[in-house]
Amino acid sequence: MTGIMQFAASGPRPLWYATRASGTIALLLLTATAVLGIAVGGRYAPQRIARFEISALHRNLSVLTLAFLGLHIVTTIADPLVPVSWWAAAVPFVSSYRAPWLGLATVASDMLLAVAVTSAVRLRLGRRRWKAVHWLAYAAWPVALVHATPGTDARLPLQLGLYTGCLAAVVTVVCWRLYRAGPGRVAARLSAALTALAVPAALGGFLFSGPTHARGGAPATPLTVRYGQSSARAPHGGSP
Amino acid sequence: MTEQPAVLSSTSALDDLTGPHGARLLHGWLTTGGPADLNEHLNRYGPPPLPRTTRRRTVAPLVRAVEDAGLTGRGGAAFPTGRKLRTVAEARGPAVVVANGMESEPASRKDEVLLALAPHLVLDGAVLAAVAVGAQVVHLCLPRTRQDQIRQLAEAVQQRRQRGIDPVPTQVHALPHHYVSSEETSLVSWLNGGDARPAVTPPRPFEKGVDSRPTLIDNVETLAHIALIARYGPTWFRRAGRPEAPGTTLVTLSGAVRQPGVYEVPMGLPLDAVLDVAGGRSAPLGAVLLGGFFGSWLAAREAMAVPFTKSALAEVGAGPGAGVVIALPESACGLVETARVLEYLAAQSAQQCGPCRLGLPAVAADFAELAAGGAGDLERLERRVGLLPGRGACRHPDGASRLAATALRVFAEDVRHHVRNGPCAGAEREPVLGVGASHAPEGRDWR
Amino acid sequence: MPKRHSLRVDPISCDGHGLCAELLPELIGLDEWGYPVLRATEVPGTLLDHARRAVAACPVLALRLDRASR
Repeated sequence: MTGIMQFAASGPRPLWYATRASGTIALLLLTATAVLGIAVGGRYAPQRIARFEISALHRNLSVLTLAFLGLHIVTTIADPLVPVSWWAAAVPFVSSYRAPWLGLATVASDMLLAVAVTSAVRLRLGRRRWKAVHWLAYAAWPVALVHATPGTDARLPLQLGLYTGCLAAVVTVVCWRLYRAGPGRVAARLSAALTALAVPAALGGFLFSGPTHARGGAPATPLTVRYGQSSARAPHGGSP
Repeated sequence: MTEQPAVLSSTSALDDLTGPHGARLLHGWLTTGGPADLNEHLNRYGPPPLPRTTRRRTVAPLVRAVEDAGLTGRGGAAFPTGRKLRTVAEARGPAVVVANGMESEPASRKDEVLLALAPHLVLDGAVLAAVAVGAQVVHLCLPRTRQDQIRQLAEAVQQRRQRGIDPVPTQVHALPHHYVSSEETSLVSWLNGGDARPAVTPPRPFEKGVDSRPTLIDNVETLAHIALIARYGPTWFRRAGRPEAPGTTLVTLSGAVRQPGVYEVPMGLPLDAVLDVAGGRSAPLGAVLLGGFFGSWLAAREAMAVPFTKSALAEVGAGPGAGVVIALPESACGLVETARVLEYLAAQSAQQCGPCRLGLPAVAADFAELAAGGAGDLERLERRVGLLPGRGACRHPDGASRLAATALRVFAEDVRHHVRNGPCAGAEREPVLGVGASHAPEGRDWR
Repeated sequence: MPKRHSLRVDPISCDGHGLCAELLPELIGLDEWGYPVLRATEVPGTLLDHARRAVAACPVLALRLDRASR
């Protein structure tokens, strides 16, 4: 409903809508890729489907993620109302347009690109170097999420629901993975779990005090309540 | 242990270079009754015969001499030493020599004895090999548990440096003393700053070892033989032993023999003659364990006439290993002994490879059940034993599998008896194979 | 010169994910703990594509396909 009203108010701007839609889809796909990747790492072995299928899905979705990420970047640059250059899309924090958020976006996409390229040549690269770069995915995902939160759509309840779902999924599967890594190395696993749980907490706090207030129009109070709940629920659902 | 080294041999070709009973490596000890210090060593052998000029791109005369001598590695694998020397010498860039004195086999004492009695023979050999392959450093690896020996060797190296004997420096290292720490790749990994745990090959150390350089790793006894071949030549070396297995070898004889200890024997002696060197059997024998915990069981009746060479022993499914022979008296239970050793080997796994980490304890547990007379699942045990070889980075699972498989074959009658009637009387007696107080190494223990 | 291809498992890297056995059951089985057991190391030409797929699928890059001309 709100979307239609906005569309009517601002006039037809297909590129802007394409940017928002592709960004949202890319985030969902990235989340799914991350969840599947973590499941593979934790040796998830379901009854119904083979393990190689999960692994293949992880790979195929990662390619799809890159496709939508590419679309998101291209439409952003092509949009005449958003002053973002090719240069700014490649090098973090050089754009003046909404600098921190776009900078984060560039950081995340650069990291994902590194992960993708190294994965493509992983057999030549060797396990160690490939894995070292692959760990960047754990950093790229929250950065992408933070980049999305101050976006135009973050005020929509549906959108917030999506973000919350993404957060809950990744935190849950990380906790499951850490549980599977046991027994032993308790300190390392606990600190990793705390880090995973700190992401939703930090994001909630960031939204509470953050820039969405300044832009106005956002239902600030219910929004933070929703995030607070999700971060409180995540550890419960995540620790088996 | 208070075993006294003593030497006997059946060679008749004695001369100045060969000590009493045909001894070579232990010549000095047999002559003087004590360890040879540098002066005594120099009086007997003179300085190491270094080549006057070292030319690049030509094979050093020593490499050819060792090839002609037919020397094989005395650390267990019995690989032709000359071929190894040549490979490292022909590899690109400066090489590294590692003298392996780790002796992680609990039933072997020969490296410890050799390093105590003739340290300069080992150091000569290491330096001569280093010059021959173009190495700029020698690393002598010793177990951390033998502190006295480490000090003695460090002093010996220091004396040689003061006299200016060696053109190549020798560094003495104290490594963690676990079963798989003596493996070649473990030494390389430790010398490169990592854990003394085996690594995946290829690359083999002779291609890319310490500091990524071509690395020659030889057992200390092998190096001592090289020191003698460099002085007296391949023809002299071949005067002992057999054409297909020349020279002498150090053996550690234990179990039901009258005088357990380390001895030097010519290669190719029949096994009962080898046991005679230690005074002969002290009780009727049921079986012998050849090659140590890494080795094979042989029934005493099929073993006694077999010559002590790699090829002859291979025909009966065994090998000389690092020269370990353990005589098991009839009164002992081979299954109980094997079960104890398997438990030790399982605990000594480097825990790196799944098949070893999970398979060895499972095999050990199955075997313990069998030894205790339980109606264990014999089929499962045999399947598990059969799945171990070739599935680890090193040969640890292969060795454990060989021990278990040969035990099941040699003690097949005992297996039937155990399954039907429970444990035999042999389970009550004192163990023949001492595994000592071992704990499973973990974490920092490997560094 | 015909190329021979042979499979090799890096046992230290291998975590027993078991994907290789799903993709190449003709040559790879699993032991009771889920670690691969190679039935044969040499890969016949008919299975080469499947072998490549299995190598690519290993999440820890523990399966290798070596090429040797002989």
